[in-house]
Amino acid sequence: MVSKAQLLQFIVSGIMVGSIYAIIAIGFNMIFNATEVINFAQGEFVMLGGMTTVTFYQVFHLPLWFSCILSVLLVTLVGIIFERLAIHPMKHFSVLNAVIITIGASTIMRGGTMIALGRDNMSFPPFTGTGDKPFMILGSSIPQQGAWIILAALLLVFGLSLFYKRSIQGIAMRSIAWNKTAAELMGVNVKWIVMLSFAMSAASGALAGVLVTPITLTAYNVGLILGLKGFCAAILGGFGNFWGAICGGVLLGLLESLGAGLISSGYKDAIAFLVLLIVLFLRPTGLFGTVKIREE
Amino acid sequence: MSEKDSIQKRIENRNLGFWIFLGIMMSWPIFYPNPYYLNVMIFTGINTLVATGLNLLFGYAGQISMGHATFLGIGAYCSAFFTVKLGWNPWLGFLIGVLITSLFSFLIGLPSLKLRGYYLAMATLAFGIIMETFFVELKSITGGPDGIGGIPALSLFGFKFHTDLRYYYLVWVIVACLTLLVINLVNSRAGRGMRALHESELAASVLGINTFRYKLAIFIFSAIYASIGGSLFAHYITHITPESFSIMHSILIVVMVIIGGMGKIWGPLLGAGIMTILPETLRAFEVYHEIAYGLILVLIMIYFTDGVAGALNFVFKKIPFFNKKLIS
Repeated sequence: MVSKAQLLQFIVSGIMVGSIYAIIAIGFNMIFNATEVINFAQGEFVMLGGMTTVTFYQVFHLPLWFSCILSVLLVTLVGIIFERLAIHPMKHFSVLNAVIITIGASTIMRGGTMIALGRDNMSFPPFTGTGDKPFMILGSSIPQQGAWIILAALLLVFGLSLFYKRSIQGIAMRSIAWNKTAAELMGVNVKWIVMLSFAMSAASGALAGVLVTPITLTAYNVGLILGLKGFCAAILGGFGNFWGAICGGVLLGLLESLGAGLISSGYKDAIAFLVLLIVLFLRPTGLFGTVKIREE
Repeated sequence: MSEKDSIQKRIENRNLGFWIFLGIMMSWPIFYPNPYYLNVMIFTGINTLVATGLNLLFGYAGQISMGHATFLGIGAYCSAFFTVKLGWNPWLGFLIGVLITSLFSFLIGLPSLKLRGYYLAMATLAFGIIMETFFVELKSITGGPDGIGGIPALSLFGFKFHTDLRYYYLVWVIVACLTLLVINLVNSRAGRGMRALHESELAASVLGINTFRYKLAIFIFSAIYASIGGSLFAHYITHITPESFSIMHSILIVVMVIIGGMGKIWGPLLGAGIMTILPETLRAFEVYHEIAYGLILVLIMIYFTDGVAGALNFVFKKIPFFNKKLIS
């Protein structure tokens, strides 16, 4: 039997991991809204964020905060280059082809990182407090990094909802998600917006990588599984919906941590994905999905 | 020429291309029996089989499955379990694999195929992840992470398929038969219904096609192809582990279908060929092989919108002889 404190601990760590999934899911949504493409390289942005920060911090001995910012900027640049070199040159844009291109690009990023930075597991210290002074709430401990993660996820969503409501670029992005042709006719520069959404998506992926590395380690091959979890969170919340992504991510994190803690750690993925299947069968467009399923 | 005659003629012509291809596949090992190439071509054949099944579902009927490696796994584990642990006849294991796969694909297809697009992709992906967990955790049946080894060779009426050459012919005869089945199916009434479904589900249902039943039937059919591929895989490599049936492999099968050319008979063959042979060839690049692999994937998708089969169709259409005889 688990105690109340233990249960609370599972919930806290579920929310922590879930916030990471949520940030990755938000990255999926950005690209999906502009192009309807699921970006299989999303997880690689997360991996790159963690790996480059480690490199700046340990190899070049830059201050931690500076390494983090530099890494997010660098990965954003990678996102822009990726869009310019691989998505932009397609003669006839096709969603499926673009999806396969993102798979190819993820292989390139993975391979490149392995050659440049090696195969070892890497990590760097948490932003504040070196792990031994967690916050205590109702008998469960929250590592300080966990608080950073949750804070960053909330700030990101808050900032994004402002961006999408107030800024002209954000409004243009929403208009493309709603109806691409109409948006184009109204003078929205779709190509520019697509590039911008890749850049923003890469930046949020890198942010997730920077946040999660101190608690889980990183290596050149962690991208795929993180990406799949983020995709799952995005689907769970309703693809394209940002608040849905947060709820989907946190729900997935909770399911995993409670499944592992209360039932069996070996079956934790099976439990989480079983619940996901049930949710999908009951609500075919995710928890917050729109009624409009398709256009024919 | 009446409409019926021209259709008849077109079907015959399509088969001509198929027979030429079959002739090449069956004769090259006689002249050049290199064991390494045979080995690669056996894997190509198995992948072709699985991709052909998925092409039917994804390319023709427009329903994605990102969990096809699971059905491959069910077939492989049935073959392994019933022959190694219970000592039954391998062909019985084959059959049970097909039956269990049908049951699983029916049970997962029934609720999943009501979903669309990425939601269907996610549901099948989730099914794949759940089953992958079971492959690892159900140690008494699957042997856990170590898998099952010592799977016996197949034999038919006392003829053992224990050499690469013999297995090559076994695999490719099965591939040929099942590809022919798909060719005939696609040109049948059911095939036309299936393609109508791909274009517009609404229009198809208005025309009196029971779209859901079609989708479910094709889903099961394509899962069976994967199961047969899995059994062939198990009896060839003789030791299976859960890694071979992971999500990565499911994604790879989808990539094969798209790279090859969706909804084209030659697509799966070309896709499976490229995706099987390419990693072998790229070994020469050593550490750079992943980058080269990704780069080729990206380039094919940027420049060949309809996959490699689409590009070849385009080239062959320029040549009058092929234009009349081979292209549908």
